[in-house]
Amino acid sequence: MPTDKTPPARAQATVMLSRVAHSLYWMSRYIERAENIARLLEVNLQFQLDFQGINDDPVKEHWGSILASSGDEELFDTLYDTADSRSVTEFLALDLRNPSSILSCVFTARENARMIRDQISVEMWETINELYLFLKSHNTTEIWAAGPYSFFNDIKRNSHLFQGLTDSTYPRNEGWEFIQFGKLLERADKTTRILDVKYHILLPSATDVGGAVDTAQWQAVLRSASALEAYRRFYVREILAWKVAEFLVFSDSFPRSLHYCVAQIDDFLRRILGETGARPRSEAARVARRLLADLQSLTIDEVLERGLHEFLLEAQTSLDRIGDEVVQTTMFYPVETEQEQQQQQQ
Amino acid sequence: MSILSSTYDSGAFFDEMFTGGGEVRPHYRRLAERLGTLPESEFDQRRAAVDLAFLRRGVTFTVYNDAEGTERIFPFDLIPRIIPAQEWSRIEAGLIQRITALNLFLHDLYHGQKILKDKVVPAAQVLSAKHFRREFMNFSVPRDIYVSICGTDLIRDHSGNYLVLEDNLRCPSGASYMIENRAAMRRAFPNLFQSYGVRPVEGYADTLLKSLLHLSPRSAAKANVVLLTPGVYNSAYFEHTFLARQMGIPIVEGRDLLVRDAHVFMRTTAGLVRVDVIYRRIDDDFLDPSVFRADSQLGVTGLVAAYRAGNVALANSIGTGVADDKVIYAYVPRIIKYYLDQEPILPNVNTYLASDPTERKFILQNIAKLVVKSANEAGGYGMLIGPASTAAEIEDFRAKVAANPRNFIAQDPIMLSRSPTWCERSLQGRHIDLRPYILCGAKTVVTPGGLTRVALRKGSLVVNSSQGGGSKDTWVLGSSG
Repeated sequence: MPTDKTPPARAQATVMLSRVAHSLYWMSRYIERAENIARLLEVNLQFQLDFQGINDDPVKEHWGSILASSGDEELFDTLYDTADSRSVTEFLALDLRNPSSILSCVFTARENARMIRDQISVEMWETINELYLFLKSHNTTEIWAAGPYSFFNDIKRNSHLFQGLTDSTYPRNEGWEFIQFGKLLERADKTTRILDVKYHILLPSATDVGGAVDTAQWQAVLRSASALEAYRRFYVREILAWKVAEFLVFSDSFPRSLHYCVAQIDDFLRRILGETGARPRSEAARVARRLLADLQSLTIDEVLERGLHEFLLEAQTSLDRIGDEVVQTTMFYPVETEQEQQQQQQ
Repeated sequence: MSILSSTYDSGAFFDEMFTGGGEVRPHYRRLAERLGTLPESEFDQRRAAVDLAFLRRGVTFTVYNDAEGTERIFPFDLIPRIIPAQEWSRIEAGLIQRITALNLFLHDLYHGQKILKDKVVPAAQVLSAKHFRREFMNFSVPRDIYVSICGTDLIRDHSGNYLVLEDNLRCPSGASYMIENRAAMRRAFPNLFQSYGVRPVEGYADTLLKSLLHLSPRSAAKANVVLLTPGVYNSAYFEHTFLARQMGIPIVEGRDLLVRDAHVFMRTTAGLVRVDVIYRRIDDDFLDPSVFRADSQLGVTGLVAAYRAGNVALANSIGTGVADDKVIYAYVPRIIKYYLDQEPILPNVNTYLASDPTERKFILQNIAKLVVKSANEAGGYGMLIGPASTAAEIEDFRAKVAANPRNFIAQDPIMLSRSPTWCERSLQGRHIDLRPYILCGAKTVVTPGGLTRVALRKGSLVVNSSQGGGSKDTWVLGSSG
């Protein structure tokens, strides 16, 4: 825009409304969530196709375990009769009655983006808006007819595009910290859930361990976290259950591993809450530091001994607490003064 | 086949592009040449591309009473409305004259009321106006500017004379569409602009920010300006975010603000930050539940007290609606003469007041030939177009006018000018109006352009988006044009 004078320097460039921070956080979280569900669905649909007719039982269990890991099993049961590829896809992708379906997530992300339209770049807004318009223009029957892979691919691409555009168009200010914090918290949580999918599958019989289906299932877990290639470079030879778990929990270089995400969460958390001291002042920082310490010091054997499922559940609880605390301390409006309360009673 | 080759009938109206003899007017010639080389298929492609761009960019308005909260794009027509330089300078002078007089009128109304004492405007008309805020008598607004942002609706009659249809002095909307329409046209016809010398409208946001900073109680360098929106479900929410983004100011809702010791603050992650100027897009009634409507969820308790204390500025000020009341409108030519001692450059539409016994008699006798409007409705509602109405509708209005004369005016029906518009796969004449935007700051600036609204329904004279209206880009030509 042509301007004849430099606009006056205003203090407002550095302040951020609590409501805006809140919306940035949720916008970012929901986009990451939508992408993770798309990945989980895509990989598992592929998995079903690969093993149809070979051995029905583990395949059948599969969808149930995916629903269980996302924690939406009960809602699903009230809405659908049987869990098969089609009903689960419908439920997790396009059902607005499910608050964590892809469409619901994208809708919520877009509503949050709309509330802060003035704060984000045109490119970021257009990407979210296009993703929303794209999802709204599809129904399950069409997706099924066209093959669901390009559908899920489009969702993932849009999420990556959004995160890339955020990286290249959003200023590195407090808002950036909230965006990253939301994204990483969601990513960490989803990695624990993806890993937990395998736990929910009934333990295979002794002869199945290391067999075709077992290996394929662990491969599916890795692919659900976009981790197969990275894993292969790290553990060249084979896909083993405990190594997959070790990689997704402890890797200090893979960007979707729990350890990597929590290290970043801890970092952004310190910046958001202004935690500069060696000993944390806030509960959120304490919980984060404790979780990070576990991830830095435990071995996979110790985790397996304690129970992988229990360990993942504890991690999820810690992540929830960190999120809630940060929302409470930075986003809730300050307590009203007595004078204001009186004004409001007039 | 080009889109111009179809036979176009300009009818018995003033047509913006063609003379009565079917000749293309000089300032439309280059456009006509371009359209003459444009095959219909390509025109269609560009239209589709523009519509898609509006949807993607979220240039939409929310349709009320729709369970899904559907967002629609404002229909956009690719044939621009072109105004030659000379014609524009008269419009500009007329608009500046009008807003200058109206600001003086508002100041007088809320202070000495000289104009009422001199009986130029009857006191009863003002004191009975719905938007007259007695609470603000003898209150001095920052820099004596009551109206910082004005959108005035202009129409052209059968001989092409520009007339003022109404003033919008409260929260006029549509400026964002003026700018987005230009962006859309630039994408659709990138080469036309350079050869045409179209004056840019993109300076609007910059001028708006300067006008807002002009009101600040603290120095402009320190001032925090915010835009107060009713929220994401308001039909004009796109415009609110658009303008805030263009100006680089925060958009706030009532819940983001609070008042302490008669100062306004916004709640930020770093604590409370003082606010100096509020560009409010909320009506007076909802601004402050402790003063106006107590049930308002949109406003800020204590805001009016802070405003009275001079610690925050509001644009526009409170109580400006008294001057865009349709009854007061009839007096604006006299108001201009009274304060400026000038003849109005832009005339009003001939208006009859139902509150005047003689004129009321005339209205009731001739109602079938007139346009009747209620004093405070907007959006094309609450009006009767006599010649286009049924006997029952006419009787209904006759009874309403007789029962509540203060609330009605009548006007001679104006055959609005028409512009070629792409409808049903051909160019057809459709009626248009024009809303230019006037900003009052250290100086008064009219953005060269405006929102041209077009009644897309055949024969319709109602251009409002809620009633089947669309819009066009408005090209004001530079001196060479």
